[in-house]
Amino acid sequence: MAFGSATAAFMAGVRALLPLTPGVVPFGLVTGVMAIDMGMSPATAMSMTLIFYSGSAQMVALQLLHQGVVPVAIVVTALIINLRFIMYSASMAPHLHGLPRRWTWPLSYLLSDQSFALCSFKLASGELGRFAHHFYAGTALAMWLVWNLSVLAGILMGAKVPQAWSLGFTIPLSFLALLVPAIRNVPSLAAAVVGGLLAVLAARLPYNLGLVTAAIGGVAAGLLTENLRNRAPQAEGQTP
Amino acid sequence: MNDLSMWGMFLGAGIGTFLLRLSFVEIHGRWRIPALLNRALPYVPASVLSALVLPAVVYPAGPGEWVASNPQLPAACVAALVAWATKSTVLTLALGMAALWAFKFLMG
Repeated sequence: MAFGSATAAFMAGVRALLPLTPGVVPFGLVTGVMAIDMGMSPATAMSMTLIFYSGSAQMVALQLLHQGVVPVAIVVTALIINLRFIMYSASMAPHLHGLPRRWTWPLSYLLSDQSFALCSFKLASGELGRFAHHFYAGTALAMWLVWNLSVLAGILMGAKVPQAWSLGFTIPLSFLALLVPAIRNVPSLAAAVVGGLLAVLAARLPYNLGLVTAAIGGVAAGLLTENLRNRAPQAEGQTP
Repeated sequence: MNDLSMWGMFLGAGIGTFLLRLSFVEIHGRWRIPALLNRALPYVPASVLSALVLPAVVYPAGPGEWVASNPQLPAACVAALVAWATKSTVLTLALGMAALWAFKFLMG
Protein backbone atom coordinates (compact mmCIF):
# COMPACT_ATOMS: atom_id res chain seq x y z
CA MET A 1 0.00 0.00 0.00
CA ALA A 2 1.61 3.23 -1.15
CA PHE A 3 0.22 6.32 0.55
CA GLY A 4 -1.21 9.38 -1.17
CA SER A 5 0.11 11.85 1.39
CA ALA A 6 2.49 12.16 4.31
CA THR A 7 -0.43 12.54 6.72
CA ALA A 8 -2.12 9.36 5.45
CA ALA A 9 1.15 7.43 5.89
CA PHE A 10 1.67 8.88 9.40
CA MET A 11 -1.87 8.00 10.50
CA ALA A 12 -1.53 4.48 9.06
CA GLY A 13 1.62 4.11 11.19
CA VAL A 14 -0.25 5.24 14.31
CA ARG A 15 -3.05 2.73 13.58
CA ALA A 16 -0.51 -0.08 13.01
CA LEU A 17 0.95 0.52 16.48
CA LEU A 18 -2.35 0.51 18.40
CA PRO A 19 -2.82 -3.31 18.53
CA LEU A 20 0.58 -3.58 20.29
CA THR A 21 -0.40 -1.31 23.20
CA PRO A 22 -1.73 -4.11 25.51
CA GLY A 23 1.81 -5.50 25.60
CA VAL A 24 3.36 -2.12 26.37
CA VAL A 25 1.04 -0.57 28.96
CA PRO A 26 1.59 -3.10 31.82
CA PHE A 27 5.35 -2.91 31.30
CA GLY A 28 5.19 0.91 31.55
CA LEU A 29 2.96 0.80 34.63
CA VAL A 30 5.38 -1.57 36.39
CA THR A 31 8.34 0.67 35.52
CA GLY A 32 6.59 3.73 36.96
CA VAL A 33 5.49 1.92 40.13
CA MET A 34 9.02 0.52 40.67
CA ALA A 35 10.69 3.93 40.27
CA ILE A 36 8.46 5.43 42.98
CA ASP A 37 8.81 2.30 45.13
CA MET A 38 12.59 2.73 45.09
CA GLY A 39 12.31 6.22 46.51
CA MET A 40 12.56 8.30 43.34
CA SER A 41 10.61 11.56 43.05
CA PRO A 42 7.96 11.64 40.29
CA ALA A 43 9.89 14.32 38.35
CA THR A 44 13.15 12.36 38.50
CA ALA A 45 11.39 9.13 37.50
CA MET A 46 9.76 10.82 34.50
CA SER A 47 13.03 12.48 33.43
CA MET A 48 14.78 9.11 33.61
CA THR A 49 12.03 7.62 31.44
CA LEU A 50 12.38 10.35 28.80
CA ILE A 51 16.19 10.18 28.77
CA PHE A 52 16.37 6.35 28.60
CA TYR A 53 13.30 5.67 26.42
CA SER A 54 14.07 1.99 26.95
CA GLY A 55 11.97 0.00 29.41
CA SER A 56 14.17 -3.02 30.00
CA ALA A 57 17.33 -0.92 30.51
CA GLN A 58 15.45 1.44 32.83
CA MET A 59 14.07 -1.40 34.98
CA VAL A 60 17.49 -2.97 35.39
CA ALA A 61 19.07 0.42 36.11
CA LEU A 62 16.45 0.98 38.84
CA GLN A 63 17.25 -2.39 40.44
CA LEU A 64 21.02 -1.78 40.30
CA LEU A 65 20.54 1.74 41.70
CA HIS A 66 18.66 0.15 44.57
CA GLN A 67 21.49 -2.37 45.15
CA GLY A 68 24.03 0.48 45.25
CA VAL A 69 25.98 -0.58 42.16
CA VAL A 70 28.44 2.08 40.88
CA PRO A 71 27.02 4.37 38.10
CA VAL A 72 29.55 3.35 35.43
CA ALA A 73 28.58 -0.33 35.85
CA ILE A 74 24.88 0.62 35.52
CA VAL A 75 25.58 2.52 32.27
CA VAL A 76 27.54 -0.45 30.84
CA THR A 77 24.74 -2.86 31.82
CA ALA A 78 22.07 -0.62 30.26
CA LEU A 79 24.05 -0.39 27.02
CA ILE A 80 24.52 -4.19 26.87
CA ILE A 81 20.76 -4.63 27.20
CA ASN A 82 20.32 -2.11 24.38
CA LEU A 83 22.95 -3.59 22.03
CA ARG A 84 20.07 -4.95 19.96
CA PHE A 85 19.43 -1.39 18.71
CA ILE A 86 22.63 -1.65 16.61
CA MET A 87 20.94 -4.46 14.74
CA TYR A 88 17.74 -2.43 14.26
CA SER A 89 19.74 0.62 13.22
CA ALA A 90 21.60 -1.40 10.59
CA SER A 91 18.33 -2.71 9.24
CA MET A 92 16.63 0.72 9.10
CA ALA A 93 19.72 2.58 7.80
CA PRO A 94 19.22 2.07 4.04
CA HIS A 95 15.75 3.65 4.29
CA LEU A 96 16.49 6.54 6.65
CA HIS A 97 20.06 7.69 6.01
CA GLY A 98 19.16 9.84 3.00
CA LEU A 99 16.97 12.10 5.17
CA PRO A 100 18.30 15.29 6.79
CA ARG A 101 19.48 15.10 10.42
CA ARG A 102 16.40 16.96 11.72
CA TRP A 103 14.61 13.73 10.70
CA THR A 104 17.20 11.00 11.37
CA TRP A 105 18.17 12.09 14.89
CA PRO A 106 14.63 12.25 16.32
CA LEU A 107 13.64 9.09 14.41
CA SER A 108 16.69 7.31 15.86
CA TYR A 109 15.83 8.38 19.42
CA LEU A 110 12.31 7.00 18.80
CA LEU A 111 13.53 3.60 17.53
CA SER A 112 11.90 0.84 19.63
CA ASP A 113 11.41 -2.92 19.44
CA GLN A 114 7.78 -2.34 18.44
CA SER A 115 8.43 0.19 15.64
CA PHE A 116 11.22 -1.95 14.30
CA ALA A 117 8.99 -5.03 14.28
CA LEU A 118 6.24 -3.10 12.44
CA CYS A 119 8.45 -1.40 9.87
CA SER A 120 11.50 -3.51 9.02
CA PHE A 121 9.80 -5.85 6.53
CA LYS A 122 7.55 -3.17 5.06
CA LEU A 123 10.51 -0.86 4.47
CA ALA A 124 12.59 -3.60 2.87
CA SER A 125 9.79 -4.64 0.50
CA GLY A 126 9.31 -1.04 -0.69
CA GLU A 127 5.52 -1.39 -0.39
CA LEU A 128 5.25 1.82 1.63
CA GLY A 129 6.30 4.05 -1.28
CA ARG A 130 7.81 7.52 -0.93
CA PHE A 131 6.10 8.31 2.40
CA ALA A 132 7.64 5.28 4.12
CA HIS A 133 9.45 7.34 6.77
CA HIS A 134 6.18 9.08 7.65
CA PHE A 135 4.65 5.65 8.32
CA TYR A 136 7.64 4.78 10.51
CA ALA A 137 7.35 8.15 12.30
CA GLY A 138 3.67 7.38 13.00
CA THR A 139 4.46 4.03 14.65
CA ALA A 140 7.44 5.51 16.53
CA LEU A 141 5.67 8.59 17.89
CA ALA A 142 2.56 6.60 18.90
CA MET A 143 4.80 4.11 20.73
CA TRP A 144 6.64 6.95 22.48
CA LEU A 145 3.35 8.47 23.68
CA VAL A 146 1.91 5.13 24.87
CA TRP A 147 5.11 4.30 26.73
CA ASN A 148 5.52 7.64 28.50
CA LEU A 149 1.84 7.87 29.42
CA SER A 150 1.90 4.33 30.88
CA VAL A 151 4.99 5.09 32.96
CA LEU A 152 3.34 8.34 34.12
CA ALA A 153 0.24 6.38 35.15
CA GLY A 154 2.50 3.95 37.05
CA ILE A 155 4.24 6.87 38.78
CA LEU A 156 0.87 8.30 39.88
CA MET A 157 -0.23 4.85 41.17
CA GLY A 158 3.20 4.14 42.68
CA ALA A 159 2.95 5.09 46.33
CA LYS A 160 -0.45 3.47 46.77
CA VAL A 161 0.69 -0.12 46.11
CA PRO A 162 1.34 -2.09 49.36
CA GLN A 163 4.64 -3.97 49.85
CA ALA A 164 2.81 -7.22 50.69
CA TRP A 165 1.79 -7.57 47.04
CA SER A 166 5.43 -8.40 46.14
CA LEU A 167 5.10 -6.29 42.99
CA GLY A 168 8.87 -6.46 42.56
CA PHE A 169 8.26 -9.86 40.98
CA THR A 170 6.60 -8.14 38.00
CA ILE A 171 10.10 -7.11 36.81
CA PRO A 172 11.37 -10.66 36.10
CA LEU A 173 7.86 -11.50 34.83
CA SER A 174 7.98 -8.65 32.31
CA PHE A 175 11.35 -9.84 31.07
CA LEU A 176 10.02 -13.39 30.89
CA ALA A 177 7.19 -12.15 28.64
CA LEU A 178 9.85 -10.71 26.31
CA LEU A 179 12.23 -13.68 26.62
CA VAL A 180 9.84 -16.45 25.60
CA PRO A 181 9.11 -15.05 22.09
CA ALA A 182 12.85 -14.30 21.65
CA ILE A 183 13.53 -18.07 21.75
CA ARG A 184 12.74 -18.95 18.13
CA ASN A 185 15.14 -21.79 17.33
CA VAL A 186 17.73 -24.13 18.84
CA PRO A 187 20.64 -21.62 18.81
CA SER A 188 18.58 -18.92 20.56
CA LEU A 189 17.47 -21.55 23.11
CA ALA A 190 21.15 -22.38 23.73
CA ALA A 191 21.88 -18.65 24.14
CA ALA A 192 19.06 -18.34 26.71
CA VAL A 193 20.05 -21.47 28.69
CA VAL A 194 23.76 -20.63 28.87
CA GLY A 195 23.12 -16.91 29.51
CA GLY A 196 20.67 -17.70 32.33
CA LEU A 197 22.84 -20.35 34.02
CA LEU A 198 26.01 -18.22 33.86
CA ALA A 199 24.08 -15.29 35.37
CA VAL A 200 22.92 -17.48 38.28
CA LEU A 201 26.43 -18.86 38.87
CA ALA A 202 28.13 -15.45 38.55
CA ALA A 203 25.52 -13.51 40.57
CA ARG A 204 28.03 -12.54 43.26
CA LEU A 205 30.57 -10.94 40.91
CA PRO A 206 31.04 -7.21 41.69
CA TYR A 207 29.97 -4.30 39.39
CA ASN A 208 27.19 -6.48 37.93
CA LEU A 209 29.91 -8.25 35.90
CA GLY A 210 27.80 -11.40 36.21
CA LEU A 211 25.37 -10.06 33.62
CA VAL A 212 28.18 -9.04 31.25
CA THR A 213 29.79 -12.48 31.54
CA ALA A 214 26.45 -14.22 31.06
CA ALA A 215 25.53 -12.08 28.03
CA ILE A 216 28.82 -12.81 26.27
CA GLY A 217 28.65 -16.52 27.18
CA GLY A 218 25.07 -16.81 25.97
CA VAL A 219 25.76 -15.13 22.63
CA ALA A 220 28.83 -17.37 22.16
CA ALA A 221 26.68 -20.43 22.88
CA GLY A 222 24.16 -19.28 20.27
CA LEU A 223 26.86 -18.80 17.62
CA LEU A 224 28.49 -22.14 18.46
CA THR A 225 25.18 -24.00 18.21
CA GLU A 226 24.44 -22.28 14.88
CA ASN A 227 27.85 -23.40 13.56
CA LEU A 228 27.35 -26.99 14.74
CA ARG A 229 23.91 -27.17 13.16
CA ASN A 230 25.15 -25.73 9.86
CA ARG A 231 27.92 -28.30 9.75
CA ALA A 232 25.79 -31.31 10.72
CA PRO A 233 23.87 -31.80 7.41
CA GLN A 234 27.11 -31.61 5.38
CA ALA A 235 28.73 -34.26 7.60
CA GLU A 236 25.73 -36.53 7.05
CA GLY A 237 25.98 -36.02 3.30
CA GLN A 238 29.56 -37.19 3.32
CA THR A 239 28.86 -40.53 5.00
CA PRO A 240 28.21 -43.22 2.42
CA MET B 1 24.54 7.57 45.23
CA ASN B 2 24.42 11.38 45.14
CA ASP B 3 22.24 13.33 42.72
CA LEU B 4 25.11 14.30 40.43
CA SER B 5 26.25 10.73 39.78
CA MET B 6 22.65 9.58 39.36
CA TRP B 7 22.00 12.20 36.67
CA GLY B 8 25.37 11.35 35.12
CA MET B 9 24.21 7.73 34.94
CA PHE B 10 20.90 8.78 33.29
CA LEU B 11 22.73 10.85 30.68
CA GLY B 12 25.39 8.19 30.08
CA ALA B 13 22.80 5.48 29.49
CA GLY B 14 20.50 7.81 27.53
CA ILE B 15 23.14 9.25 25.20
CA GLY B 16 24.76 5.82 24.79
CA THR B 17 21.41 4.28 23.87
CA PHE B 18 20.75 7.12 21.40
CA LEU B 19 24.14 6.48 19.77
CA LEU B 20 23.37 2.74 19.47
CA ARG B 21 20.08 3.61 17.77
CA LEU B 22 21.67 6.22 15.50
CA SER B 23 24.81 4.17 14.68
CA PHE B 24 24.11 2.69 11.27
CA VAL B 25 21.56 5.31 10.23
CA GLU B 26 24.39 7.86 10.49
CA ILE B 27 27.30 5.89 9.00
CA HIS B 28 25.38 3.95 6.35
CA GLY B 29 27.43 3.44 3.19
CA ARG B 30 30.73 4.30 4.86
CA TRP B 31 31.10 1.27 7.14
CA ARG B 32 29.50 -2.13 6.87
CA ILE B 33 28.44 -4.17 9.89
CA PRO B 34 31.13 -6.88 10.44
CA ALA B 35 29.88 -10.38 9.55
CA LEU B 36 30.50 -11.88 13.01
CA LEU B 37 28.70 -8.99 14.78
CA ASN B 38 25.82 -9.37 12.33
CA ARG B 39 25.52 -13.06 13.24
CA ALA B 40 25.97 -12.46 17.00
CA LEU B 41 23.45 -9.64 17.51
CA PRO B 42 20.30 -11.77 17.02
CA TYR B 43 21.33 -13.83 20.08
CA VAL B 44 21.66 -10.78 22.35
CA PRO B 45 17.96 -10.56 23.42
CA ALA B 46 17.60 -14.26 24.37
CA SER B 47 20.94 -14.29 26.21
CA VAL B 48 20.53 -10.97 28.07
CA LEU B 49 16.84 -11.41 28.97
CA SER B 50 17.49 -14.90 30.34
CA ALA B 51 20.48 -13.55 32.31
CA LEU B 52 18.11 -10.94 33.81
CA VAL B 53 15.24 -13.32 34.59
CA LEU B 54 16.96 -16.37 36.09
CA PRO B 55 19.00 -14.72 38.91
CA ALA B 56 16.01 -12.51 39.85
CA VAL B 57 13.83 -15.63 40.20
CA VAL B 58 16.42 -17.89 41.88
CA TYR B 59 17.64 -15.31 44.45
CA PRO B 60 14.60 -13.49 45.90
CA ALA B 61 16.62 -12.13 48.85
CA GLY B 62 19.38 -10.51 46.78
CA PRO B 63 22.12 -11.55 44.31
CA GLY B 64 23.75 -14.87 45.24
CA GLU B 65 21.64 -15.46 48.36
CA TRP B 66 20.07 -18.91 48.14
CA VAL B 67 16.67 -19.32 49.86
CA ALA B 68 15.41 -22.83 50.67
CA SER B 69 11.70 -22.21 50.20
CA ASN B 70 11.22 -19.93 47.20
CA PRO B 71 7.67 -19.48 45.80
CA GLN B 72 9.13 -17.45 42.90
CA LEU B 73 10.49 -20.62 41.25
CA PRO B 74 7.17 -22.42 40.63
CA ALA B 75 5.45 -19.07 39.89
CA ALA B 76 8.03 -18.27 37.20
CA CYS B 77 7.47 -21.72 35.65
CA VAL B 78 3.72 -21.02 35.48
CA ALA B 79 4.39 -17.58 33.94
CA ALA B 80 6.78 -19.05 31.35
CA LEU B 81 4.10 -21.55 30.29
CA VAL B 82 1.52 -18.75 30.05
CA ALA B 83 3.92 -16.58 28.00
CA TRP B 84 4.64 -19.50 25.66
CA ALA B 85 0.97 -20.49 25.23
CA THR B 86 -0.64 -17.02 24.99
CA LYS B 87 2.19 -14.65 23.89
CA SER B 88 0.40 -12.04 26.04
CA THR B 89 2.24 -9.67 28.41
CA VAL B 90 -0.95 -8.91 30.36
CA LEU B 91 -1.76 -12.59 31.00
CA THR B 92 1.88 -13.43 31.82
CA LEU B 93 1.97 -10.66 34.45
CA ALA B 94 -1.49 -11.40 35.87
CA LEU B 95 -1.23 -15.20 36.08
CA GLY B 96 2.44 -15.03 37.17
CA MET B 97 1.51 -12.77 40.09
CA ALA B 98 -1.54 -14.91 40.95
CA ALA B 99 0.74 -17.99 40.98
CA LEU B 100 3.23 -16.19 43.23
CA TRP B 101 0.53 -15.29 45.77
CA ALA B 102 -0.87 -18.85 45.63
CA PHE B 103 2.53 -20.50 46.18
CA LYS B 104 3.36 -18.02 48.96
CA PHE B 105 0.14 -19.05 50.71
CA LEU B 106 0.74 -22.80 50.14
CA MET B 107 4.42 -22.75 51.13
CA GLY B 108 3.66 -20.68 54.24
